Amino acid sequence: MRESAYLVFIILGAIVAAVGMGAIVLKLIGVNPFDVYKVILTEPLKDIYGITEILVRTSPLVFIALGIAIAFRSGILNIGAEGQMQIGIISAAAIALAFPELPKPILLPMVLITGAVGGALWGGIAGYLKARMGVNEILSTVMLNYIAAQVYGFLLRGPMIDPEELTVGSGTPQTIRLPRTAWLDRLIPGTRLHTGLILALVMAVLVYLLLWRTTTGFRLRASGAEPRAARFAGIHVERSLVIAMLFSGGFAGLAGAVELTGVHRRAIEAISSGYGFSGIVVALFGGLHPAFIIPSAIFFGLLLIGADMTQRAMAVPANMVLVLQGAIILSIVSAKTFLNDPYTKDRFMRRMASFRLPRRKKKTVSGLGQGGPL
Amino acid sequence: MQTSKAQISSLQLEGVTKRFPGVLACDHVSIEVKAGQILALVGENGAGKSTLMNILMGLYQPDEGRILINGHETRFRSPNDAYACGIGMVHQHFMLVPNLTVTENVALGSKDFQSLLNLNLKGARRRIAEVSERYGLPVHADAYVDQLSVGEQQRVELVKTLCFGTRFLILDEPTSALTPQETDELINLLKRMSGDLSIIFISHKLNEVKALSDTVTVLRRGTVVYRGNTKDNSSQDLAALMTGHEVNLPHNACEDGCGNVLVSIKDLKVKSDRGNLALDGLSLDIRAGEILGLAGVSGNGQRELADVLAGLRKSVSGSVLLEEQNLLGKSPREIIDAGFGYIPEDRHDEGIVPSFSIRENLILKDFGTPRFRKGPFLRLKESEKNAEDLVHRFDVRCSSRETAAGSLSGGNIQKVILARELARQPKALVSVYPTRGLDMGASEFIHTKLLELRASGVAILLISEELEEIMNLSDRIAVIYKGRIVKILESGEATRPRLGLLMAGVKDDGGAA
Repeated sequence: MRESAYLVFIILGAIVAAVGMGAIVLKLIGVNPFDVYKVILTEPLKDIYGITEILVRTSPLVFIALGIAIAFRSGILNIGAEGQMQIGIISAAAIALAFPELPKPILLPMVLITGAVGGALWGGIAGYLKARMGVNEILSTVMLNYIAAQVYGFLLRGPMIDPEELTVGSGTPQTIRLPRTAWLDRLIPGTRLHTGLILALVMAVLVYLLLWRTTTGFRLRASGAEPRAARFAGIHVERSLVIAMLFSGGFAGLAGAVELTGVHRRAIEAISSGYGFSGIVVALFGGLHPAFIIPSAIFFGLLLIGADMTQRAMAVPANMVLVLQGAIILSIVSAKTFLNDPYTKDRFMRRMASFRLPRRKKKTVSGLGQGGPL
Repeated sequence: MQTSKAQISSLQLEGVTKRFPGVLACDHVSIEVKAGQILALVGENGAGKSTLMNILMGLYQPDEGRILINGHETRFRSPNDAYACGIGMVHQHFMLVPNLTVTENVALGSKDFQSLLNLNLKGARRRIAEVSERYGLPVHADAYVDQLSVGEQQRVELVKTLCFGTRFLILDEPTSALTPQETDELINLLKRMSGDLSIIFISHKLNEVKALSDTVTVLRRGTVVYRGNTKDNSSQDLAALMTGHEVNLPHNACEDGCGNVLVSIKDLKVKSDRGNLALDGLSLDIRAGEILGLAGVSGNGQRELADVLAGLRKSVSGSVLLEEQNLLGKSPREIIDAGFGYIPEDRHDEGIVPSFSIRENLILKDFGTPRFRKGPFLRLKESEKNAEDLVHRFDVRCSSRETAAGSLSGGNIQKVILARELARQPKALVSVYPTRGLDMGASEFIHTKLLELRASGVAILLISEELEEIMNLSDRIAVIYKGRIVKILESGEATRPRLGLLMAGVKDDGGAA
């Protein structure tokens, strides 16, 4: 009973802290935080366009967060989803443009798989470096993000640029449109909502099965939860790290391929637009569990769309959503610390008790402090 | 001294009760210590000793009951309040910053030596010198803590606590990381210091309790079951009070002869993490149905030997044969599959995955075998059946088989590990410090199981620092010193002093070093 009171108190505290931090920043830029929050949380839900756009943002967030969850649970912190997604986009686009005459049932799966493989290989580099040479994965994945961004930019501006952009266009760095046979179908005509969302939901189920129902998942989770015990039990921890990063990068790459074939249908700059980082927040907010990652991704989809709308409606920069994400991460991490600390819990219980009970007069330490020096 | 401490002529806890969700950790516990006395607080793990001391140190607040100092009721809101009263505690796990010097550690621990931007290192050094002199506790004030041995670190902890002006010392299982020699030294030291200080000594090593304390209070499941003079009770009596039943740690009856050599280690050379040879040509034979005890002061190559046998450390040269099959250089998986069982030194982080359930930990080595696997999938039903069976057979006390194994007590964790290893029916078993830090009841259980395993023809290597454990269980005792076996004794020939000398590297008159 008191346990759960503590839990509720901490969770409420975390929410208040996150909202409060955001409010302070909003106040500083001179707008009314309540109005902004109201727009963010309600405006997108007012019409079908807003709702479908939320779900359009949800799909890549789910894919990436699933990959992040696999990596984090296997003991490797993948911060490189952004780069893995870009590699996924560019390799998927390359395959789609290389085989435009293939029929859809062959080309579309091929494109999606290529995207996943591209992301997996990019993620696998960091996994291999960690397993073989102990290179810190946070550093290597972040650095690989920069490299991926440069490779992506180079290919879009050079070898893969739409030739018409060079001859008659403005030189916009983008590829030509993908053949129709490489397009994901739209779920609701007139909106951008595509079948990638269904794929995302299926993948969430598969990741759950992978982690908790297969021997591979058992190996990955054991390696992540306590690598020393896993080694003593004969599990090849280094191999697990590489496998985890292949999966993790693969999901980021798949997110890219789905975004490419479902929404933009050509590779342009900024398709990834921070999904790789938002996905980490989504995964943490969802407790690294597929079942909670889905609602978490919808919520962050709402935040992203809401922030866009406040930009238009109230001239608040959409980047505010990054501030909110930061505040949420801080709150989650602090809340976990509080929940895991028995002393803080005990102190909280005491405070609660002293609020409820009538105060008794207590003699304190200072009451006995006479006596000579040592 | 800047803070003046009142002389503590008596300290009482009266009717202290502390509840945690689902547990009554302390149930109307009362203890009393007078000036210059040493009180031993004994009890099994989970009896409430640590909770009681955390209450005394102000880390927890009691639900009921009070603390009386010199007859006055006192409340400690935090450890600082307790320090201010002259009560100090040395924790079981050292609270030192390893990459700072002794002086810096002392200065960091006390507000006396801190101003806003400055640590008063000179003052701290002076205080250390005073304390060292007063209590005969030599410490090197400028040494870095991580350069010191465990025994020296223990001494630094003592000095640090005394530098805060402690007049009343609480020691929580101070000998658990010490070698036998260091333990004897510490006990003599505490005896000398007791003229000046009051001490509460928490332990479940009853020979130490007998050697050191004046009075003893026995806790069992949160209540005081005995309070009296130490000298009126034998270790046997105290053990029975602690556990609630007669305790007879089983002995190796040694009646049936052992079988053929099953494990043969020849001329093994292995490097330590620092790059020197930790094992320098070690040879050992272990026969089927034999417990071979490996005695030695820790740090003489035991850890490296255990690692090599698990396949987790590379060797320079030599061979390890299990029934003619060379296991050296094989992967941990191959060694496990060859029939090697293993009880690791650090049961909490090497023996189990703490956040995994008991059920999952019980299949940690075998989840890939056909019994627990169907294609790529785990057979959950089968692992549940397995857990149900083993939890019952090994008497693992848990609220559910889905409980995180890391939340169990040390004894129950060890039972989970033992259950997993024994259920695999190993040919040979390496058991490293199997009862370190466990209470009598759990030790008894584990010793019994090891002897049963011996009777079924398994070759067992028992690495331990507890001479009593080794002498009780082993058929033969090998003494390791600086990476070599200096002598192998039949269990009948081994006596405490003889082993002690061999462990210190003194050659035996038998001469076969």
